[in-house]
Amino acid sequence: MLDNLMLLFVWAPVMNVQMILEGIFIGAVFALGAYGLALVWGVMNVKNLAQGDFIIMGGYLAFSCHQLGIHPLIALPIVMIAMFMYGWVVYLTIIKRVIDQDMFVSLLATFGLSLLMQQVMNLIYGPEVQIIDSHMPIYDAFDGFVTIPSVKILSLCLAASLALLVVLFMKKSRTGQAIRATAQDPRAARVMGIDTNRIYAFTFALNASICGAAGVLVSIIWVIQPFYGIVYSVRSFAIVTAAGLGNLPAVIGTGFGLGLIEQYTGIILGAEYQVAAAVVLLLAVLIWRQIQMRRNRQVVR
Amino acid sequence: MNTNTTLLYIAIAFAAIAGPIFLPAYTQQFAVLWVMILMASTWDILGGQMGYNSLGNITFFGAGMYISAIIQIAMFYDVAEYTASFGAIKPEFTDQQYFTGLFLGIIGGGLGALILSMLFGLFMFGLRGPYFAIGTLGLAVAAGQLTGTIDYIGGGAGISMPFFPGDIEVRSMFFYGLCFVFAALAHFLLRWIYSTQFGLAINAIRDDEDKAEAMGIPTLIYKQIGWGIAAFFLGCIGAVFGNMVGFIEPVEVAFPTATFGIFMVAMALLGGKGTLWGPVLGAFLFHLIKETTWTYLLGWQWVALGLILIINIVYFQQGIMGWLQTKYPEMFGIIVDKSNTSDAEAK
Repeated sequence: MLDNLMLLFVWAPVMNVQMILEGIFIGAVFALGAYGLALVWGVMNVKNLAQGDFIIMGGYLAFSCHQLGIHPLIALPIVMIAMFMYGWVVYLTIIKRVIDQDMFVSLLATFGLSLLMQQVMNLIYGPEVQIIDSHMPIYDAFDGFVTIPSVKILSLCLAASLALLVVLFMKKSRTGQAIRATAQDPRAARVMGIDTNRIYAFTFALNASICGAAGVLVSIIWVIQPFYGIVYSVRSFAIVTAAGLGNLPAVIGTGFGLGLIEQYTGIILGAEYQVAAAVVLLLAVLIWRQIQMRRNRQVVR
Repeated sequence: MNTNTTLLYIAIAFAAIAGPIFLPAYTQQFAVLWVMILMASTWDILGGQMGYNSLGNITFFGAGMYISAIIQIAMFYDVAEYTASFGAIKPEFTDQQYFTGLFLGIIGGGLGALILSMLFGLFMFGLRGPYFAIGTLGLAVAAGQLTGTIDYIGGGAGISMPFFPGDIEVRSMFFYGLCFVFAALAHFLLRWIYSTQFGLAINAIRDDEDKAEAMGIPTLIYKQIGWGIAAFFLGCIGAVFGNMVGFIEPVEVAFPTATFGIFMVAMALLGGKGTLWGPVLGAFLFHLIKETTWTYLLGWQWVALGLILIINIVYFQQGIMGWLQTKYPEMFGIIVDKSNTSDAEAK
């Protein structure tokens, strides 16, 4: 561990540039997934534990497109539309019935969905780790110490423009306004003539579509495997819990932060701690919140 | 205890003894059934009776398993040396050494899990609703991941447990008996405890925690006792299960969040949470369905399980016992005041 620290900060400080870049590239994907979760959680109060599996499913759809010879850039809109329809179907069959129930019910129902999705993907694509090789140039910097694959820069730009698009959509468009109104007060929204049921379906489908896009990015810059989904779900939960629900800039910031934290724990402590980092962050935030709250919770003795 | 219940207990005890005698090939499956009944029943203390839905009770199962493994080996050998050899060196345990180690291991596993539950409870019980569920899920995932990084106890490669001295039939019967005894102990303890003031207090916490606290119930202590009971039994059964399987490993055997961790919740919900018999019935049915799909739908068994989980939760939430309770309240000694219901108005 000390050796790794020395390597990073004394012997080759330039490696930090590589770490930070990697953290930002992967953090963009985390931020997208977490944003979708925050949307669904905030608007319809459903905690989607199948978030990570939506991401992996998007990745596999892109992988199928790649096998058919479609470039990932063109595959992106196709996957988003497919995932949008899939999300709508999932809403109609499962989410619609748990939406007004206890929150734990939605947690369990989506856990069942997650189990189902990973197994079906496992049956279709097999348990091997897959990657899409898009044959794009790789740039060097600092005498070869830092490598920057252009595909990662592309994915960062895509993620950024996608996030911007969604934010603009939520702020400006009529549907976006209806979604925000429903999140504030579903009853009042219904009185105002908004079909909240349709808005819920649209929100869930939009989330699935965002996840699908994140999945395409994962499949071109990292690897996909049927059972990697749960890790993305835990990451999304950690990010949303740490950032707070309605706080969009914080969600995106924490997404990048988690990407950096994971990269650094991976290199300092060893790769086996990389998954634990997200979970420990989640637990740390939950405990820290309680220490903060303890002040407000006083019992008369 | 009325005659019907006594008869039911006698029938179950008879079936429990007759099962492995007449169907010796399935002894391990029967043992797992008792493990699952214990898991579902102890999950229900918090999930059903107290309203705290934990997704991380499996942490104590794995903790008990690892603590017992360490105790059993450390009593006679150096643990680091034992695990470093990856089971290549098989030190011989004498009969007496094995059984003392096993006995102390099971007790130690239970007590260790109990202490852990006290520590976790200190900060976990400040969380409510879905945050408690997510927090405990994080706890279980973190426990599995972190255990895999400790080389002293074998890391991700796991530990192979000491050999049972004796025949394979004797071995399976022995562990079957242990599983049965712990499940029965847990059941009778819960049966007694739900009938005391403790049962009323945890039900009050489920219905309205703030009011319960205002009424002077020391909620944190009750919650810790409830979780402690669950943790103790899960730790004990984890120790037994580890020895029964013979090889333990952090992610798949000791902390299986996605299988046993979620199965215990599914079983309690299938049978009907918040009842004494619901989890038992649910565990029995779930195990039956699971084993059938495992045998006849190979390759699709997980898909079937996911579907069952979704259908159960989305369409049949109250569970079997809950459904029976609303349908035939008289059977459960619940008196319905007919004058207040809509039926009376219709007449």
